[in-house]
Amino acid sequence: MVPRAPHAILLTMQHLPEKFRNWFSTKGWSIHPHQQAMLDRADAPALLLIAPTGGGKTLSGFLPTLIDLHETPHEGMHTLYISPLKALAADIKRNLTTPVQEMNLDIRIEERTGDTTATLRKRQRADPPHIFLTTPESLALLVSYEDAPRMFKGLKRVVIDEIHALAESKRGDQMMLALARLNTICPDLKRVGLSATVDDPKAIAHLMARHPDPCQILQADPGPAPDIQMLQTEEAPPWSGGGAAYSIPAVLEQVKDHNTTLIFHNTRAQAEIFFHKLWLANDDSLPIGIHHGSLDREQRARVEGAMVRGELRAIVCTGSLDLGIDWGDVDLVIQIGAPKNVKRLVQRIGRANHRYNAPSKALLVPANRFEVVECVAALEAVLAGELDGDPRSTGPRDVLCQHILITACAGPFDEEALYREVKSAGAYSSLSRAGFDACLDFCATGGYALRAYDKWQRLIQRPDGKWQLRDPRATRNIRMNIGTIQDTDTLKVRMQRSRGGKPLGEIEEGFAATLTKGDTFLIGGQIVKYEGLREMTVEVSRDSAKKPKVATFMGTKFATSTQLSARVQRMFTQEDWPELPPHTAQWLELQRTRSQLPQPGRLLVESFPHDARAQTVIYGFAGRNGQQTLGLLLTKRMEEIGYSPLGFVATDYATLIWSLDPVTDADALLEANALQNGMEAWLAGNAVMKRTFRASATIAGLIERNSPQARKSGRQATFSSDILYDTLTKYDPDHLMLEITREEALRGLVDFGRIEEMLARTKGRIDHLTLPRVTPLSAPLFMEMGRVPVKGDAEERLLAEEAKRLMENSGLAQITPAASDKPRWRVGY
Amino acid sequence: MNGYNFTIAGASLMALGSGALWWPDQNLLVVSDLHLGKSERIARRGGTSLPPYDTRDTLNRLAADLALCHARTVVCLGDSFDDLAASEALPESERQWIFRLQAGRRWVWIEGNHDPGPVEFGGAHLAELPLQPLTFRHIAHESAAGEISGHYHPKASLALRGRTITRPAFLIDSDRVILPAYGTYTGGLRTQSDVLNTLMRPEALAVLTGPMPTAIPMPR
Repeated sequence: MVPRAPHAILLTMQHLPEKFRNWFSTKGWSIHPHQQAMLDRADAPALLLIAPTGGGKTLSGFLPTLIDLHETPHEGMHTLYISPLKALAADIKRNLTTPVQEMNLDIRIEERTGDTTATLRKRQRADPPHIFLTTPESLALLVSYEDAPRMFKGLKRVVIDEIHALAESKRGDQMMLALARLNTICPDLKRVGLSATVDDPKAIAHLMARHPDPCQILQADPGPAPDIQMLQTEEAPPWSGGGAAYSIPAVLEQVKDHNTTLIFHNTRAQAEIFFHKLWLANDDSLPIGIHHGSLDREQRARVEGAMVRGELRAIVCTGSLDLGIDWGDVDLVIQIGAPKNVKRLVQRIGRANHRYNAPSKALLVPANRFEVVECVAALEAVLAGELDGDPRSTGPRDVLCQHILITACAGPFDEEALYREVKSAGAYSSLSRAGFDACLDFCATGGYALRAYDKWQRLIQRPDGKWQLRDPRATRNIRMNIGTIQDTDTLKVRMQRSRGGKPLGEIEEGFAATLTKGDTFLIGGQIVKYEGLREMTVEVSRDSAKKPKVATFMGTKFATSTQLSARVQRMFTQEDWPELPPHTAQWLELQRTRSQLPQPGRLLVESFPHDARAQTVIYGFAGRNGQQTLGLLLTKRMEEIGYSPLGFVATDYATLIWSLDPVTDADALLEANALQNGMEAWLAGNAVMKRTFRASATIAGLIERNSPQARKSGRQATFSSDILYDTLTKYDPDHLMLEITREEALRGLVDFGRIEEMLARTKGRIDHLTLPRVTPLSAPLFMEMGRVPVKGDAEERLLAEEAKRLMENSGLAQITPAASDKPRWRVGY
Repeated sequence: MNGYNFTIAGASLMALGSGALWWPDQNLLVVSDLHLGKSERIARRGGTSLPPYDTRDTLNRLAADLALCHARTVVCLGDSFDDLAASEALPESERQWIFRLQAGRRWVWIEGNHDPGPVEFGGAHLAELPLQPLTFRHIAHESAAGEISGHYHPKASLALRGRTITRPAFLIDSDRVILPAYGTYTGGLRTQSDVLNTLMRPEALAVLTGPMPTAIPMPR
């Protein structure tokens, strides 16, 4: 902790140059202790500041730069600033320009993002500014240019903002690899990371510092504890679902009582539906906006602008608003649905009362009865200051493959030197030479067992041993595909009008394919009618329907974190639950009498008949994705054993499977080895796995999302990545890309890591209860959406049924011979 | 053999689940858009190194179809090779494989836009093949009748309770058949596209490939 006594501040203020001291005093400010601490340690090779939102973090990062530039004239780039969001870079530029102008400092500040004009970019490469603001993707691009050493010459400091948001993603890994490159160009480069409150600052420090440099960690005063509560409504939350529509009157009351309220949702679809319903109930016509990642950029910018000007009373939003953009006067944060992850909750709460020393105010709104338990567990975790984080494994190799290609774009490289450089990035510090060589071989030859491309290698080795691109024209394609963000394939949505109707946003291609003319859906808070597809744009018209027939985009569903799940399980061991509302406490009590509550370290399995079927519930607490995968694996096992499974549904804490025959031997069903073996076989044909493959293959450069050729030749020239996946599985199952895909499957959508964690936690201690009827804890599962029928021949059967129906409806069935008959008819003359 | 039977211009044909078209009376098998050597062409032009198993996989499937129907004539409807250089660059094992498939049967290479010249494999090289009452060519002519063509790689989507199935598809009406692409590394053009809508009559059918070829009204 940094010293807080006032005389200490006064004393150190003396060390500020006079110009800065005067500026602070004309503002009536004093320097924050952590700002001073950052100044004092400006020479550290790496420095991580943990400070709550609004703690003057940005100035802490830049003060040493401003002072150094003021005292020592500098040629070229002095400080590089990297932020996860373009908008944040623009924000920082505004905030920095103010003190620079007011102190009349001769400092040039410029930003460079995907939106910067080509002319300015070119100028920036020739004549870089003192302070350069950018994003990880733009940095990776700059590093790929031959003149990178000239552009970054003399660079002294790099400031990484919101590093907690980058540290957990491939974007962060890519950024750190680019910084490793910069450190080779500028050996004395100092690194500064600015982070919100996190569970494990050491982990971020390890990722951030050049390995094995030390990284000092500074903790700013966390400020007063947040005022955070669960919303109490007269009506009890429903048994299942995630919409929380029941809370709308109460939420509206809260909005009226506050200046500006942020209403966070876990998914875009939920945000859309909630916004729609909120608007229907908004009798006072309060100005309320909606903001999420699928909306058109202009529309988002409008909402952001209105918010900064204080014109909105509430914004219904998703994680797209999570990062520390300065929103001004937000005085309440409402979280709809259990937060799933305590760390994210704390960072969201930080959005409220964006002023140092004022407590943040937040309300949690459980969407269903189980989430009441989860919300209370999350509240306790926040009060205990216990944040959750999933340990990250070593740096992903798809990102490394892209980095090797980026390096090759900049010029010939020595593999030994590149390996050493890559290992200086914390995430890759334990990368083996063999692991690196596999990536290099993949980039050079494709890495196939069949050495087919000797003639057409992408990278070739020169006589002096250095690697270079065989065809220098490849640089263009590689640069066009830099980045690690995976958007699913989306289609733009526009209002139908003579020419270029208003853009509304984007929907997933898969969702668009299910629409037929006349279907209505929600986007940007309005109901629109699907009119048709024109040149890969979804055309819609306004519709006055009250109830949209079709739900919107899928979006990601967050899984409840391991730590929060464990807390919920611990709550189940309590004698009683005074902290829970009576309706929920009674529900748990009833479960204890009728069956039992899941116990930590044991796996509860319930079997009972219902709906003329055998039902089995596995309370694995493995998170939504893990429980989903468990459902797929177990139904496969049940098929083998002969229980005849029909389908399953999964939530964050349990999987419900229905079958023709009851499960009699749960131990055999859940045997760890059998599950792991099943995983291998199941993975091969799984759609989620194919999606995982696509993401990694795109990052690694096997699939190019953007190419000048593809634009010209149109869509039939491109083919589905599923074909590549199937081909590799069939002919080259040990290929690096499949290895990477399996590594990725341990997390993310497959989340097999959570199932392994569950197996390790319960170690075969299974409580299998056979009961006469539905148990209280399992009841909500029967109302849960997203039931998955067991696949197999089902798809062919569905297809045949639907084709028959269509043929009959269209009248074509009468004029077409049945498939098995000898032809008797000619097609419609 | 598993297929969808239909008649065009008096000829009885069968659309196979593999994407090949079978004419039993002539003992003739038609495949379109094999795009052999596609991965090699992409690598040669400085693109990515795709798994080099596409030619092997396409020939595997063609061999399986031939083993089933024992065709006396094979017509490849053009774009059999991803370009002419790709036809020359095929590895020796794959060249020999093609020769083995050709042995003992008549083989016709129709020229496509990707492979507009003769290739150094046996068989006839034609711009189009008239075989009463049908005509085989690469790209459909708007005014033709009894025409069998390829080129467009048609694919059709069908929404089934909660899931969408998209598959390569034959398009069939009283004037013509457009074959789906047979090659492993090929994509598709949606049946809703303008060009396919103009070419096909309103009552056209789409026959989805797969284990059980299935006819539906062509999705528009």
